[in-house]
Amino acid sequence: MSEQRVIVVGGGLAGLAASVRIAEAGLPVDLFSMVPVKRSHSVCAQGGINACNEVARQQGYSEYEHFDETIYGGDFLADQGPVLEMANWAPKIIDLLDRMGVPFNRTHEGFRDLRLFGGSLFKRTHFAGATTGQQLLYALDEQTRRYTAEGKVTQYTFWEFLYPIVENERCVGIVAQDMRTMQIRAFRGAAVVMATGGNGLIFGKSTNSVICTGGAASRCYQAGAKYGNPEMIQVHPTAIPGADKCRLMSESARGEGGRVWVPKNVGDTRRPTDIPENERYYILEERYPKYKNLVPRDIATREIFDVCVNEGMGIDGSNQVYLDLTHRDPDYLTEKLGGILDIYEKFVGENPRFTPMRIFPAVHYSMGGLWTTYTPGDYNPDSPLPAHKSGNPIPIDSNPGHGLTIGAPNNMMTSITGLYAFGEVNFAYHGATRLGANALLSCIFDGLCNGQSVVNYVRNEAPTVDTINQSVYDNAVKSEQDKHDAILATSREPSEASPEYNPYQIGIEMGDIMNAQSTVVKTGAGLTKCLDKLAELRERYKKVRLADGAMWTNQSLSYTRSVGDMLILAEAIAKAGLLREESRGSHYRTDFPDRDDDKFWKTSVATYNTSTQLSDIEFVEVKKGLVQSRPRTYGKTDDAKDTAKTPEPATAS
Amino acid sequence: MTTATAHQPTSDKPKAVPGRSVIFKIKRCDGPGKPFRWESFKVPTEPGSNVISCLKWIAANPTTTDGKQTTPVVWDSGCLEEVCGACTMVINGRVRQSCSCLIDDYAPREGDTVTLEPMSKFPVIRDLWVDRERMFNALERVKGWVPIDGTYNLGAGPQESPEHQQMRYALSECMTCGCCLEACPQFLKEEDPKNWDTAFIGAQAISQARYFNEHETGARLKGDRMDVLTGPGGVSDCGNAQNCVKVCPKHIPLTESIGAVGRSATVHAIKKFFLGH
Repeated sequence: MSEQRVIVVGGGLAGLAASVRIAEAGLPVDLFSMVPVKRSHSVCAQGGINACNEVARQQGYSEYEHFDETIYGGDFLADQGPVLEMANWAPKIIDLLDRMGVPFNRTHEGFRDLRLFGGSLFKRTHFAGATTGQQLLYALDEQTRRYTAEGKVTQYTFWEFLYPIVENERCVGIVAQDMRTMQIRAFRGAAVVMATGGNGLIFGKSTNSVICTGGAASRCYQAGAKYGNPEMIQVHPTAIPGADKCRLMSESARGEGGRVWVPKNVGDTRRPTDIPENERYYILEERYPKYKNLVPRDIATREIFDVCVNEGMGIDGSNQVYLDLTHRDPDYLTEKLGGILDIYEKFVGENPRFTPMRIFPAVHYSMGGLWTTYTPGDYNPDSPLPAHKSGNPIPIDSNPGHGLTIGAPNNMMTSITGLYAFGEVNFAYHGATRLGANALLSCIFDGLCNGQSVVNYVRNEAPTVDTINQSVYDNAVKSEQDKHDAILATSREPSEASPEYNPYQIGIEMGDIMNAQSTVVKTGAGLTKCLDKLAELRERYKKVRLADGAMWTNQSLSYTRSVGDMLILAEAIAKAGLLREESRGSHYRTDFPDRDDDKFWKTSVATYNTSTQLSDIEFVEVKKGLVQSRPRTYGKTDDAKDTAKTPEPATAS
Repeated sequence: MTTATAHQPTSDKPKAVPGRSVIFKIKRCDGPGKPFRWESFKVPTEPGSNVISCLKWIAANPTTTDGKQTTPVVWDSGCLEEVCGACTMVINGRVRQSCSCLIDDYAPREGDTVTLEPMSKFPVIRDLWVDRERMFNALERVKGWVPIDGTYNLGAGPQESPEHQQMRYALSECMTCGCCLEACPQFLKEEDPKNWDTAFIGAQAISQARYFNEHETGARLKGDRMDVLTGPGGVSDCGNAQNCVKVCPKHIPLTESIGAVGRSATVHAIKKFFLGH
């Protein structure tokens, strides 16, 4: 009998960290990715990775404060144990990445440099130029390559995950497809780790990579895995709208004096530099005379959205506003913002030193994801503590095991036994909105810490998958092959010119309605409209027609299949948004503008109903916290001082 | 962050005609061993159109300029922000990423043509999508990693001066896109993996070997790396054409890396000669 193997799906930071940890513990890993892992979406992260550090510590910061900030930032929606554990591990994770050779920026003396980031008064963000995500991903890619060379990791590159295989209520493998040969086959695995990232493509153009469809998560959801807080989607206020995607424009542009405006006269076609000062509407300065352009992220996002979508005042009637730096000295701008201004120039072809940038909010990150469980650690105060004040004694040290029981087999396991979710694809760490520079941390933390849980599950609890009847796997392959062949067959049906059944057109319409009704500003009426539209798209999708009948490297087929999966997840996102009748973090309902802890200090848990093919949503109490809930006052009242004091520094993302 | 950009000041560019259509002439291939063919598409542009948005438009409207229904074009892409390296192809005869290729620059007038071809140094999978596995294999050959003792908490890594970090950072931005190899006269297409060990390895892996040699712990494997780079297809196969550094989208000092590794190779060879290992 050969040894038990672990399957990891996805080769971003979470998947690679898990692969390295599990392989190191002695279990062979089969790593599946739709792209060479070095090209995973983690490369896009720019700003940095948060962790307590010695300099901040000696000024009164602590891992505990990082934990407190993260809970507060997430508007108290996250279960708190895992977040405490993550914050406590953070400095050790930085050390490890440092040993792996990540070229972190250095101080004169040679220590790791730090930058200020949103949500904290302390410098606690480590960075490597403006491509921190890329550098961290490369370091883990390198360690994975080492284990691959040693035969401990087997990489299946250009393989797409199709479905988990569940037998006797345990996940025992996956079905996957080679995207080149189109071969569909089953793989046995004693445990399966999903590390497949976010779902930005559901919203059409986002800041995400083209592979971030959420398709893999949706397939697990359809197989019975629960999905937590689907409605919690982070929208970044300043992105560069492109014809193909939206690219981030760092908030440091506002920090360095950037002014947000639109022409007062709707339909003014003059060049922005020709529009006189008194014919410009400085949105944030007029609406927020105190904080002006430095209002926090969520406010900026909502106001820009409001001016364009509700008032129709966007530039040329489009969903765009000006972010104007042209009043600043070009040399000063190059010194402070050179890197990000170059990105704008490269992709837009205009020099923002002389022409105002055109920006709009864009979907950026999914706090929600596959619902996961865990075993709490040993720290359990009698009652939740009030907000932590910097410099005060910390109630608990940063040793491992206080927030999570390390190695407990159920840590970050989905509702399907043996099926795990690590990184952005789970819902565990960021609550209702994510703090900048915490995403890279949560991904790597999951892999390193909870990789041990996978190892323990496989060693102590998992069924011996080699003895499972081959028919289980054959049936799973047949089911996927049938679905695949049915889509492929539509390419041979008589041509119907109508774009109604074109998968790309359906995808565009899904993105449009989701973006308009289920992101920045939501209303009951809008979400109902969104659900109606999704129902129409699902009907049309049943008659979808493929334009490519090739049996080799058929990208259209892969995309078409994922459109069906995205529609299912989209429905869960919109429905949970409709049922959550409050405003919390990134979820803002104009008809319910306040947080309602009595009714909704709860996780929305979606279950796919196979008979209605729709989501059933229940609200489940968030576990008793380690810290007390308090109003998240960022920008909502005049006492948002701590946010105003810390505008996002250069190249924050 | 690289700072140089190829863009001229806005005023020097030919003014793009709004609302124009441009012709995409695309070299297509149905799969390995299948013949190449050219297909043209007339694509309406919008402000900010790039090659990716035009390929997406073609996917939704796969009809050639002859009015023939065809299949959507297959291409590789990922981040669309020029950090993942996936969407590299040959555009109007020059290798680059297609995401950062703006149509206003390449085809400013009505009816201008943009030519897309797959990279020629790698086997075509389908249409514009090529198999760059050889590049990742090369990273494995030069032991492109830092040999740490494991993932347990053992404290920080070595301290480093900011100057040295900046030097390493410049090398670390390599996204394995293959531009340097496409442009290199010495790097030749090699479909059979058996020959990868002896054919010229190219600037990408040489520069990455230097990157790891420059890390205090990474340098423990320098001897192994130099064994590969002083062997067949190693650094001495470089013909000094210097095309690599000209096409690198991240402005990585590739010729400097080749020079540095070349000098190390000499030292390595002498050591081996005298010490016999």
